[in-house]
Amino acid sequence: MPMTEQATGAHHPQPRPRSGGQQSAPVEHVTGAKSLIRSLEEVGVDTVFGIPGGTILPAYDPMMDSSQVRHVLVRHEQGAGHAATGYAQATGKVGVCMATSGPGATNLVTPIADAMMDSVPLVAITGQVVSKAIGTDAFQEADIVGITMPITKHSFLVTKAEEIPQAIAQAFHIASTGRPGPVLVDIPKDILQTETTFSWPPQQDLPGYRPVTKPHAKQIREAAKLITSAKRPVLYVGGGVLKAHATAELKVLAELTGAPVTTTLMALGAFPDSHPLHVGMPGMHGAVTAVTALQKADLIVALGARFDDRVTGKLDSFAPFAKIVHADIDPAEIGKNRAADVPIVGDAREVIADLIQAVQKEHAEGHQGDYAAWWKDLNRWRETYPLGYDQPEDGSLSPQQVIERVGQLAPEGTIFAAGVGQHQMWAAHFIQYEKPATWLNSGGAGTMGYAVPAAMGAKAGAPDRTVWAIDGDGCFQMTNQELTTCALNNIPIKVAIINNGALGMVRQWQTLFYNQRYSNTVLHSGPEDIGPNKGTRVPDFVKLSEAMGCYAIRCERPEDLDKCIEEANSINDRPVVIDFIVHEDAMVWPMVAAGTSNDEVMAARGVRPDFGDNEDD
Amino acid sequence: MSKHTLSVLVENKPGVLARITALFSRRGFNIDSLAVGVTEHPDISRITIVVNVIDALPLEQVTKQLNKLVNVLKIVELETGSAVQRELVLAKVRADNETRSQIVEIVQLFRAKTVDVSPEAVTIEATGSSDKLEAMLKMLEPFGIKELVQSGTIAIGRGSRSITDRSLRALDRSA
Repeated sequence: MPMTEQATGAHHPQPRPRSGGQQSAPVEHVTGAKSLIRSLEEVGVDTVFGIPGGTILPAYDPMMDSSQVRHVLVRHEQGAGHAATGYAQATGKVGVCMATSGPGATNLVTPIADAMMDSVPLVAITGQVVSKAIGTDAFQEADIVGITMPITKHSFLVTKAEEIPQAIAQAFHIASTGRPGPVLVDIPKDILQTETTFSWPPQQDLPGYRPVTKPHAKQIREAAKLITSAKRPVLYVGGGVLKAHATAELKVLAELTGAPVTTTLMALGAFPDSHPLHVGMPGMHGAVTAVTALQKADLIVALGARFDDRVTGKLDSFAPFAKIVHADIDPAEIGKNRAADVPIVGDAREVIADLIQAVQKEHAEGHQGDYAAWWKDLNRWRETYPLGYDQPEDGSLSPQQVIERVGQLAPEGTIFAAGVGQHQMWAAHFIQYEKPATWLNSGGAGTMGYAVPAAMGAKAGAPDRTVWAIDGDGCFQMTNQELTTCALNNIPIKVAIINNGALGMVRQWQTLFYNQRYSNTVLHSGPEDIGPNKGTRVPDFVKLSEAMGCYAIRCERPEDLDKCIEEANSINDRPVVIDFIVHEDAMVWPMVAAGTSNDEVMAARGVRPDFGDNEDD
Repeated sequence: MSKHTLSVLVENKPGVLARITALFSRRGFNIDSLAVGVTEHPDISRITIVVNVIDALPLEQVTKQLNKLVNVLKIVELETGSAVQRELVLAKVRADNETRSQIVEIVQLFRAKTVDVSPEAVTIEATGSSDKLEAMLKMLEPFGIKELVQSGTIAIGRGSRSITDRSLRALDRSA
């Protein structure tokens, strides 16, 4: 039963009509379901992505009457979950998804795991079978609290209707504070149907949850001393800086110290790509300068980053000369992978604000860092090994150029959402990110199919901004059904399918490490005349997208590229899909092969950068 | 490998033990023994975990990950010197008229108790540190241990201070 699709009027999130304020509101006599919706209204929810079903059904009845909560009826629960994370990252608010028990709930597992890995504030609300049926293998029963225990920050199984407001309040509090993450609230159907009372605000009862946000002054002083005495420092910036809304502070700190900045895949947009102090993204497919800067650094200041294996490469040879200042809101990240010389637990914004003052004090005392020699090296690497790509010799489209042009022609403030694979890395490299909340991707979990639903969520949360999904043809076939949701709910996203007819990143590894034996990576979705992995154009992405209510075109020649992108940018009354047929052999460079040291970074195939230190090779 | 005894105070709520054991298994931490019970405060349970730590996963990482669980109130490491540690064993030892008196003698030496006697067996209850119990079982082994059941270690710090005090205050504040 469609609840909101084709609904008139309520296409955009409504401003939040807060009732009650500080004084507690009068007690209302309601059902558990109504109590749930009232609670969602009170915490400020304006958008919920979900699909109804047997056990969650009671909640959908009062939802219909809510003028504040807009429900977007998705086509698959995974889409609801990723839409909620896209919404959360675009708006900075908590994303909400809803599903029924059993398969509805288990379909949320992937986006919940994804939100956990990328620290995205998400509240997932699931129906559960009636209380007395729990544990009997009832129809559509799944122990979703148990299943999601390792991939949630916390979870609640509500056992009494009067607990609903408290569970919702606590879920939103836990999801959005400290290190953000997903929280699951599982509510049995009979609890939703029970008559209960509702009053707001409920009592908070979280004696074991006390995130530390204020950094320790002594550690900050210690870090400032190291920064000003270092010769080769690097600011290693992770997603925590975006989560903490600390990008303005970061710019001040970087310019104050003059140290190079590297932003991880999760932190693109935290520091302007165009800034002279920015040396690129680190890691397996990082810029040569960023990878090498970390390897040769004598000081790494990690801000809201977690020394992930994709950044460090082989851990025991990562940054062998560097002292480590590690600031993170999650104490468990500090020392987990790399021992920290100066551990700082705190919110990135407070940490950076305090560091600015401490560094200023060091400067006032005459201790200023001299990084001139360091910048000479960095600039030489930057000039010698810039990011780049070759045009295909056969006149076909270069995937890197497609992505670069989509980025260059996009209106100011465009949000880009990527899937996972080659196109994701190219979107990280060849689109300029200047502002926070302009780049959404699945960094930690590497979830293929993230782009379309995440873009949908972002557009629903930020309807005035252009949202481009940069997707691969493999990814697109996992979650494209949400284009129907977009078309019916006035969520006009734009999708660039980087169609190389293959699972490109896996294929790249087969090219490099498996003797070009392309086992099960050819999707045959490319054009018919390119061999040997002959395409069938099945499915036809243009027809498929048109069938889902989108405007769709195909682009195959470099001379049509700009025209197609401009056309897509000019259409804003429905979703737009461009099927870009690109060359299948393009590869992502630079690359550090899995399990090897970052010292072995290859600028391009067969090109090992010369840092003037290879005498003993 | 080194063994550490952790006292973990948790909210007495359903599913908390599952959260803790699931954390240990997914992070690759080794549990040597585990004992759970309610404390003097009915809202707080105490979990005593003896954890086996290998170099690559230091104890610090175990306690930090535990601390991230919302239901965990406090974690204290109880070191052997400054804490009393006890385990309980119940052992059914083969005994006949010839060996019974020897077994009873061993039981007395270790200040254990015989809790059940039958023509073919004696059931022994013993408490103590794991070292002491191990020594006793070694003495009893030649007679034939037919059945053995052991509890997890529980431990409490020496002196007048209570580790629950501060957590209780935290709980009161929120109430």
